[in-house]
Amino acid sequence: MLPCIAIGQDQLQGTILEANDENEPIGLAGANVYWLNTTVGAVTDIDGNFKISYKTDYTKLVVSYVGFTTDTIAISEPKFIKHWLSPVSNLDEVVLKSRKQATSKSYLQAANVLTVSSEELLKAACCNLSESFETNPSIDVNFADAVTGTRQIKMLGLTSPYILIATENIPAIRGASQAYGLSFIPGTWVESIQITKGAGSVVNGFESIAGQINAELQKPMTDARVFVNAYGAANGRYELNTHLNTALNDRWSTGLYLHGNMRDKKFDNNDDGFLDMPLAKQINVMNRWQYTNLEKGIVSFTNIRYLNDNKQTGQTIFNPDTDKLTTNAWGSEIDTRRLEATTKFGYVNPEIPYQSIGAQVAYSNHKQESYFGLNTYNITHNSIYANAIYNSIISDSRHKIKTGISFTYDKYEELVVDSEYERAENSVGAFFEYAFDNVDDLNVTAGIRIDRHNLLGTFITPRLHARYTPWEKSAIRGSIGRGKRSANIFTENQKMFATSRRINVLNSGGKIYGLDPEIAWNYGVSFLQGFNLFDRKADITLDFYRTNFENQIVVDYENPTEVNFYNLNGKSYANSFQAEFNYNVFENLDLRMAYKIYDVKTQYQSGELEKALTPKYRIFANVSYETKVKENGGQWKFDTTYNWISEQRFTNTSSNPIQYQLPEYSPTVATLNAQVTKVFSPKFELYLGAENLTNVKQDNPILASDDPFGANFDTTFVYGPIFGASYYAGLRFRIE
Amino acid sequence: MKRIIVLVFMCMSMLSFAQNKNAKANIEVDGVCLMCKKRIEKAAIKSKGVKSAVWNVKTHELKLIFDERKTDLNAIQENIAAVGHDTKLLKAKDDVYNNIDPCCKYRDKEVVDAHEN
Repeated sequence: MLPCIAIGQDQLQGTILEANDENEPIGLAGANVYWLNTTVGAVTDIDGNFKISYKTDYTKLVVSYVGFTTDTIAISEPKFIKHWLSPVSNLDEVVLKSRKQATSKSYLQAANVLTVSSEELLKAACCNLSESFETNPSIDVNFADAVTGTRQIKMLGLTSPYILIATENIPAIRGASQAYGLSFIPGTWVESIQITKGAGSVVNGFESIAGQINAELQKPMTDARVFVNAYGAANGRYELNTHLNTALNDRWSTGLYLHGNMRDKKFDNNDDGFLDMPLAKQINVMNRWQYTNLEKGIVSFTNIRYLNDNKQTGQTIFNPDTDKLTTNAWGSEIDTRRLEATTKFGYVNPEIPYQSIGAQVAYSNHKQESYFGLNTYNITHNSIYANAIYNSIISDSRHKIKTGISFTYDKYEELVVDSEYERAENSVGAFFEYAFDNVDDLNVTAGIRIDRHNLLGTFITPRLHARYTPWEKSAIRGSIGRGKRSANIFTENQKMFATSRRINVLNSGGKIYGLDPEIAWNYGVSFLQGFNLFDRKADITLDFYRTNFENQIVVDYENPTEVNFYNLNGKSYANSFQAEFNYNVFENLDLRMAYKIYDVKTQYQSGELEKALTPKYRIFANVSYETKVKENGGQWKFDTTYNWISEQRFTNTSSNPIQYQLPEYSPTVATLNAQVTKVFSPKFELYLGAENLTNVKQDNPILASDDPFGANFDTTFVYGPIFGASYYAGLRFRIE
Repeated sequence: MKRIIVLVFMCMSMLSFAQNKNAKANIEVDGVCLMCKKRIEKAAIKSKGVKSAVWNVKTHELKLIFDERKTDLNAIQENIAAVGHDTKLLKAKDDVYNNIDPCCKYRDKEVVDAHEN
């Protein structure tokens, strides 16, 4: 059936066919045909025929279809074209063109997983992984102390050591990198983030208690060929990110990712004699190699990364050359060097797509040299992680299994003030996970692992997740699981070095600094319901989680001149409730609101107390609006986030001199952030934003800032922003 | 004894030559939407011996992997027709077809057209 009408010069016609071995002309119905970098497009009819308007400056025609390769055809004149499109194997990624939500929740998975796309990450323009959770109510972000500018994240009321934080499923922020590691992953390197609330899978180890966060990094094959992001803020912070990706041939691609940031201006807006934010310098370089062979079903990644980070903070008059470790002035420097090498390999049997094997190996050397006033703290952490996993099915694809083995080795060498500590940990483990899916309303994932660890002993880690859909657009989830870990008390609590407190470890029988391993059970239920409100999409999520510690290393700040570490003797638990409402108010305007309640209590030596500096209530709201994309790709994007947190308990200061006593509770804090992005084309965009727009500040974040070498000096009583309103601007440039 | 074992082995290997436990096949199944996809895949995967079933909404192609020792394409297609979807070989009975959701009525031209966009 050939078209017999005359073809005008302003129109191009053609047929798209499905490539097949016999070269039979099978028309492909419903394929998308459009001119590259325009919105001019057409869809093929039932026989694969299409008509599309034509101009002489249109030279590249893109043909795409779900499940087929996307081809770009060079067109020099409007002649009838016939094009065969070949199907891709199951491995290839499907590019979704329709507008999807920046943060999405699954209606189908068994675990309570939240996926944050790179689009959502752009809403918080700055700058690293620790700051990328600011538009997400499930993660709480706060400052760890008043001097280092470190942001700490919390999930389900528990701090980050209880969260397994991985990059591409390799545990990454742990051990020595626990305190500052999130700021060592630049935001532009991250492609997407998956947040799992509750116990999580057994595949990545036994350490996770509150949940798991996995950051997928940009991949050389899919990331832009050239990407540049420059950022500057009025508070003196500058960042530069460059990605360079090259396809060497159709199988090998490589990417070079460079990040540098610095802050070289001193600010002391609250006149306490201390810098409000540290002076900083960071160089961060990563080289990735990707190998993809779809016919053979092989994918492999190899990364090498080097990081050098320097921070200087303390009194404005402090000069490290003359004042380091003296009482001339109080100051602190933190120097970190990290070298990392990882490689992973995956094989999917092209004949039997449900069978696959994967293996990953990671090595890191992390070295931190630092001092805080007169306290020196150095740590070197060498780590090896290896994991091999086999995926298959039992009888049919409703019953999936994952099984494998893993190995870890961690060597810690620490200098704490004037005591040396050395510890080597190793473990060998095996895991098995069974996932049942009845292809309808029920999913169950049950996992178990057994590990033999030189200090934690031989133990079993069971975890269970289930999802049930009682009616349309809903999901009820439940999870239960156990986690066990050794607490790195010094590196995880580095903020205590920036105080005059004496550090005491009260137990001596255990194998980790004299302390026992931490063990906890986590239980959770969650309910998700999607619905239509005034004909627009909305959903509501309610979840409740409880973490119950069998043993915990209690970090006790209740005596204002001491920090005491001891094994839990009594109860310690964290209850968290979250209600979240998402609503697409009208086209391109999304609203997200959340309300959270925490009840986190621990038995201290001085009694059962609510966890200090943990607000009981939080209100969160985010509004984002985008204008329609114009023909040239131009667009405006607006984003605003509001946060309110209730009073937070201060640890006891009643034995301090009266001028250094704090009230029992902090005031409430409300903050507002906003950002505007102007997209000029798919290649170039500018953004402008404000952090803490209402200029809310904690007036005296440092206790006894007038006497930094006295008995009461303390920088840990931080409940809100130290720096007031701050404005920033930046640009993004990319060549696909 | 040895002979018997050899014989048994021979039988087994012959069986596996004749009947592939990971046989692959693509068949055409009529349907229009994601609800159909779920219904078709569920019917296929619930057939004894079927290991994997993936149906493509656009091409109407159902990719199957199944154990030939336990089932065959006829039996699978019977199960698919039994939930209301026509295959090349078998047409679903009208009373079953009438019971599927209105939006899935793939024999109706209007419904098919409505799904085009």
